[in-house]
Amino acid sequence: MELFPSLSFSVLCIQILVGLSKATILFIVASGLTLILGVLRIPNLAHGSLYMIGAFTTYSIATAFSQSNLGFWVALLLAPLVVALIGLIMEQGLFRFLYKRDHLMMLLFTFSFTLVFADLVKLVWGSDYRSLAVPKIFQGSYLLLGMPFPRYNLFLLLLGPLFAAGLWYLTNRTLLGKISRAAAVDREMVGAVGVNVNLVYAAVFVLGCYLAGIGGALVAPTQNISQGMDHSIIIEIFLIVIIGGLGNVWGALLGAVIFGLTDAIGILVAPQFGIVFPYLAVITVLTFRPKGLLKSIW
Amino acid sequence: MLDVREINTYYGLSHILFDVSLSVHKGEIVCLLGRNGAGKSTTMKSIMGLTPPKQGEITLKGDRVTGCPPYQMCRRGVGFVPDDRRVFADLSVGENLEISARPCQGSDGWDKERVYGFFPALSALDRRRAGVLSGGEQQMLTIGRALITNPDLLLLDEPTEGLAPIIVEMLEEKILELKASGLSVLLAEQNQNVALRLSDRAYIIDNGHIRYQGSIEELRQDEAVRQKYLLV
Repeated sequence: MELFPSLSFSVLCIQILVGLSKATILFIVASGLTLILGVLRIPNLAHGSLYMIGAFTTYSIATAFSQSNLGFWVALLLAPLVVALIGLIMEQGLFRFLYKRDHLMMLLFTFSFTLVFADLVKLVWGSDYRSLAVPKIFQGSYLLLGMPFPRYNLFLLLLGPLFAAGLWYLTNRTLLGKISRAAAVDREMVGAVGVNVNLVYAAVFVLGCYLAGIGGALVAPTQNISQGMDHSIIIEIFLIVIIGGLGNVWGALLGAVIFGLTDAIGILVAPQFGIVFPYLAVITVLTFRPKGLLKSIW
Repeated sequence: MLDVREINTYYGLSHILFDVSLSVHKGEIVCLLGRNGAGKSTTMKSIMGLTPPKQGEITLKGDRVTGCPPYQMCRRGVGFVPDDRRVFADLSVGENLEISARPCQGSDGWDKERVYGFFPALSALDRRRAGVLSGGEQQMLTIGRALITNPDLLLLDEPTEGLAPIIVEMLEEKILELKASGLSVLLAEQNQNVALRLSDRAYIIDNGHIRYQGSIEELRQDEAVRQKYLLV
């Protein structure tokens, strides 16, 4: 305790909660990436760009409806749909013709999209950063263990389990989910039992993009919305997906929690090196489990 | 039912099937005999649309289906049982059947209950992961999975390979039961004994060429042909 005089129990607890609420957004975005990676086998580098577009779109919609209290909520509903629509156009227009190409080609192809989207965002929104107020009912803080805890973070904390449960239900209880799990392993045989796999691929791709959009919408009130947020998130979520196990949604959850927690605790323990801790965690995990913590579909 | 006319199939540059022709009529079991690597599986996959032939024509119930993707072949009434079984290992037995279920026109279609009634051993395994099943159980599941798509024609690729004699015997009975219900079957086999017991007609394939065709009685008597193409 003498080493870290500021590190009281309640500070630690609050910081853990902050880390978990950050992990929620990371999980939502990473789950979209891992779904696409697992079922379609596309390492979609443009996933971060879609997240950024989600955040900017949320800003625009929320500002357009700013006179009403519901601006953010309308945006949270619509912005992910806009991103999903972009995903649908990408999949139907381009990706579906390229599924048989090898992964390196796909990687380069999706990388080209990060450049295109970055310029598009610059064209539409300019290069200034934007910021969005936290919605009215979540402004301010609650007192937890005598420490202030932002209400919006509590909202995020509650959303995390909800999304995890939703994704569990989708993959385990719905026909689309079951078909996706089968197609991830044996696409050809899924076709041979009469499933139009192209439709399933399109649905999963659009769903993955939708999740990127949700992540972008949720993050909008918590940080500056700026050019470059696509790069920072894509690195983080790729690492999350890798340490969790490629294509494994629960791996994405586990990876996001590890990433969020090490980040939050790192900031507390050594503020000037805070950013290093999640990467140290990644290195540690990969040293002992090179294929990720949970079962990789690849 | 099925008419395959002079199909040629390639894997990349290598030419695998040379002018293969065969036909299956309604309600009969036709076997395609041949040694390992003779082209049996490729013929099955070519019919299913998994390795579409470059030349030749395939007609199913009078419709030209050459080049149809596998999901359409399935919906047109072809059930496929691959030689390597390929159950969806991460899914439970029940889920394997659920994602394969296709509606059928008639009233006595196949559903999960009927598959479990047909293979009682499977019903106890409903929630078991398909990847941990024994070979015989997996084979029942792949046949069940093909049946629940409600096919008129079943492509069975070496269904008895590597299975215990008692299970082979059970599967033989089941295949005859399916025939009695009006299903047509194209059966690829290395095992002559099984094929001779079950089939009405036979083709022999060797090095990608059809070398012999005839009724099962003719083949039974033709020791020389069997010696030449089938004995290892």
